[in-house]
Order: sequence, then structure tokens, then C-alpha cells
Amino acid sequence: MMRALLVLMLFAALPAQAIEEEIVLGLSQDRVAITSTFDGDDILVFGAVKRETPIPDAEPLEVVITVSGPSKPVIVRRKEKKFGIWVNVDSVLVDSAPSFYAVATSAPFNEVLTNTEDLRYKVSIPQAIRSVGADMKVQDAQEFAQAVIRIRKAEGLYSLREDTVAVDQQTLFRTSIEMPANLIEGDYKTRIYLTRGGRVVSQIVTDIDVRKVGLERFLYNLSRQQPAIYGLMSLAIAIFAGWGASAAFTVLRNR
Amino acid sequence: MQIYLPIAEVSVNAFLLLGLGGLVGVLSGMFGVGGGFLMTPLLFFIGIPPAVAVATEANQIVASSFSGVLAHFRRRTVDFKMGGVLLAGGLTGAALGVVVFNYLKSLGQVDLLVKLCYVVFLGVVGGLMFIESLNAIRKARQAGGTAPAKRRQRGWVHALPLKMRFRTSGLYISAIPPLIVGVFVGILSAIMGVGGGFIMVPAMIYILGMPTKVVVGTSLFQIIFVTAFTTMLHATTNFTVDVVLAVLLLVGGVIGAQIGTQIGTKLKAEQLRILLAMMVLVVCGKLALDLLLQPAELFSLGTDGGH
Repeated sequence: MMRALLVLMLFAALPAQAIEEEIVLGLSQDRVAITSTFDGDDILVFGAVKRETPIPDAEPLEVVITVSGPSKPVIVRRKEKKFGIWVNVDSVLVDSAPSFYAVATSAPFNEVLTNTEDLRYKVSIPQAIRSVGADMKVQDAQEFAQAVIRIRKAEGLYSLREDTVAVDQQTLFRTSIEMPANLIEGDYKTRIYLTRGGRVVSQIVTDIDVRKVGLERFLYNLSRQQPAIYGLMSLAIAIFAGWGASAAFTVLRNR
Repeated sequence: MQIYLPIAEVSVNAFLLLGLGGLVGVLSGMFGVGGGFLMTPLLFFIGIPPAVAVATEANQIVASSFSGVLAHFRRRTVDFKMGGVLLAGGLTGAALGVVVFNYLKSLGQVDLLVKLCYVVFLGVVGGLMFIESLNAIRKARQAGGTAPAKRRQRGWVHALPLKMRFRTSGLYISAIPPLIVGVFVGILSAIMGVGGGFIMVPAMIYILGMPTKVVVGTSLFQIIFVTAFTTMLHATTNFTVDVVLAVLLLVGGVIGAQIGTQIGTKLKAEQLRILLAMMVLVVCGKLALDLLLQPAELFSLGTDGGH
């Protein structure tokens, strides 16, 4: 009952413009193939705003695009000096953090989205991380969530790219999302928001499919589904290589 | 050329891996050690997840040991009976080691354990070898000849029950000490991702009193089976063996080993040992500093083990 009411209120809160401006989306590719020579990828996200009415001349149209990888629980551990060496002492389980998260905006983040809208749509990087069941023993659990962001930003997995979405004539927009080489598999949820005056007027969601292909796919599946066969295969390759090298050098030396 | 490792899920430069394999191969050829104790820390440094580095290195050691043991087969310097006893201990130890490894992984202390093991063993082995070879060089200078071989003494090892005859080694000793050595090396092999030759070879010479000429062949023979077993355990329980990584390392490794053997024949034994000792101590020092100095990032991320 409570939930139904909330949903109703949400709909009521949506501005009337939401129906007037609609996103037509294109992606340069809707799948990323992780091959053995995979070295990251650039995905071009582009689109247009379809509207039946003239362009509202109140505030300029801004665009926010997020791409997020599969979310997984993450254990964050903190080191402390114990007995003279640095040891992991306490840990917090962050319930869900995306493996990859990129936010691209057409202007500084504070200008394209208000705080309330950010809370509602969970757009900014801190909003993408959920740590509800933080350990009660640890008092500064917030620091652990910040550590996730800091470490993943340093690895190029999380990024806020302000002013990187180009918007033409309040109608056409495009940006390029750079995907690093250390991606994991899954559906990368891509969300596009149109905002005016910091309020979301329209949104669309699509998926970019990131998959290992070919040899990578085969080896990964084998290692998970038939670990014994995978292990034996690894050993066979190792023994064959060891024998081959020995034999080859014996031949070379005898000549 | 970047290459994506399917199990480690990171992209690394293929030539860097070939080079690392080659470099460690040269050293292992020069010094007659497996090189696992150098390779695993190097893999940590280039960003391979420790669990993958340890499991994959076990797989690579199978290849390099197999390549090495073939030469010893031809020279008949493998004591199969002794190898069998060591192996029985080794397999038990490896199984124990993987249990310990997985338990500590769930506690988040596996990196600490692996690094501590490295610091302690590299420190002890490197230090002893350094002192021993310095003394050997000094003696050689004073006497102007070779140092007299130490007669192996009949100590506590010979007082134990369950005596067995090891013909190739010319020994009649209890089976208990080799079993214990085997268990110990098996545990280390699973936890540290090493063959354990650098521990086993001194133990075989000084504790069991085996003749030096059969020590290397026998330890290689035993290492193949223990590391193969470790590989299987890691592959089936942790899914952390990366075959692409292993192949790149071992291609570099086998080529490097042949070059290393050539260099090794041109240097004197004491000089070789002192070089190896210094190298071991450098790796040990680097790992010890990591534990002692405050890290730039106090936090680390791990995946939820209990899935």
C-alpha cells in the first residue's frame, strides 16, 4: 500500500515535459567482445531529442550519460600497524558496487543535476555504491565506501567526465565512453538522462553487452564448468611444453 | 602487444610476461633453482592478483621441472624411492596448504601470509647461503684449493624407527624425516606458489645426508608431482589457474633457462651462489619493506569469498 502510494507520488512529481521530449538513442556498438588481444574500447553514445512541440526556452537542455558494469559485493579491508608490520585488521562488506562506472555530463555535474534528482536516480558515483549492512563494529564505515571509489578511480574503473557530452542545437548529443582493458563480463547498463534546470525531463536505459569471445570464452567456461578437465589440460600443456623445450634443445646441441 | 588473461581478468603486455619468464629462466638455468620464489613476487608487482599468481606459477613450475628432470633421467641421478617418500609427504602437505590458503583467503589475510612466508624463507635461505659462500670464497683464497667436503654425521635422523634402504642415494635411514620434509615443502608449495626446491635441496643435503649429485634430480622429480597436484587443487577449488599466463611465462622460461645454463658454466660455483644469495636477499628486502613501511593506500578491495 505504502509502495503503491510512493509510486503514485513519483509519477505525480514527474514534470509534464517528460512526455514532450523523448530520446532517440544510438550506440556505435551494443556489444564489447573481449578477445585475447582486448585492450579497452571506446563506445560512441549518440542520439537525438524527439519533440512534437517547439524547444522550451526556459533552461538549456543538458545530458547525463552513465555506464555501469555488473554490481557485486566488495569486501573492503583496512590495514593497521600491528607488531611492527602492516596487517589487514578490519573489513566492511559493501553490499553492491559496480565493477565499472562512468558518468559523462554536458556541463559541470552540479549544474546538470540537483542533489535531490541525483538521490532519486542514483547518478553520481557515490550513489552507485550501496552499503546498507555496514558492520556495526566499524564506526567510520563511510570511509570504506570512499575507499572503493578512490581505488577504482585510480584503476580507471570509475570516472566522472564533466563537459564531455556535446549537445548541438538542444537536439543532438554525443559522447565517447572509454572502457578500460581490465573489464569483467556482464551487461553494462547505460542510462541517458535529459535535464533542464537540474531536473530530469526524460530518460532511457539500454544495455551494452560485454562478453569474452573465442578462446577467452572457451577457457573461462571450461575453468568454471569443468575445472578438473581444465586443470588436467593446463598440466598437459605444461608437460608438453617442458618436454618439447628439452627435446628441441637436445637436438640443437647435438648438431 | 597487450593480451587479456581470461582467468586473471587483467590485460598485460605479452612481451613483458615473455621477458619476465625469460629473465627468471636465465636465473634458474644459472643457479639450478626453479625460480618460482622470484617469479611469484614479480607477478605481484605487475598487478596479477596474488591468488592467480600463486596457482599459475605452480602450473608453470610443472613445465620447467619436467624439462629439467628429463636431463636427470638420462644421467640416472633420480632416486625414485626417496622421491616417492618425499612425494607422499608432499601431497599431504599440499592438501593441507590449500586448506590453509583458502581459510586465510576468507579471512583476508592470504596476502599477508604469502608475503610473510616469502620474507622469512627468502631471508633465512638467502642469509645462510650468503654467509656460507663468503666463507667458501675466503677458505678457497686462504688454502688456495677446494674446501674439504664435510663428512655427514650420524645424528638424530639415524635414531628414528621405520628404516628404509635408498639404493640410489646409498642411504639406510628412517622414512620419517623425508616424510616431514615432504609435508613441509608441500605446504609451502601450495601457499607460496613455489616448487620448494630452494628449501628442499638444503634439507636433503644437510638433514637427510643425500649425495649432492642425486639431490637436484630427485627434488625436481618430486616437485613435478607436488606442483601438479597443487595446480589441480587450485584449479578445482579456487578457479585461479590462468593457462594463458602460464604458457607465456613458460615459453620465456624454457628459452631463458638454456641461456642461463650457458652463462652458469662460465662462472665459479661460489660466485654463482653469492650472486643468487644477493638476489634472494634483494627480493626479500623489497617484500619486507612493503610490510614495514606505511602503504600509500591503507584500504584494499576483495571479492566476497562466500558465494
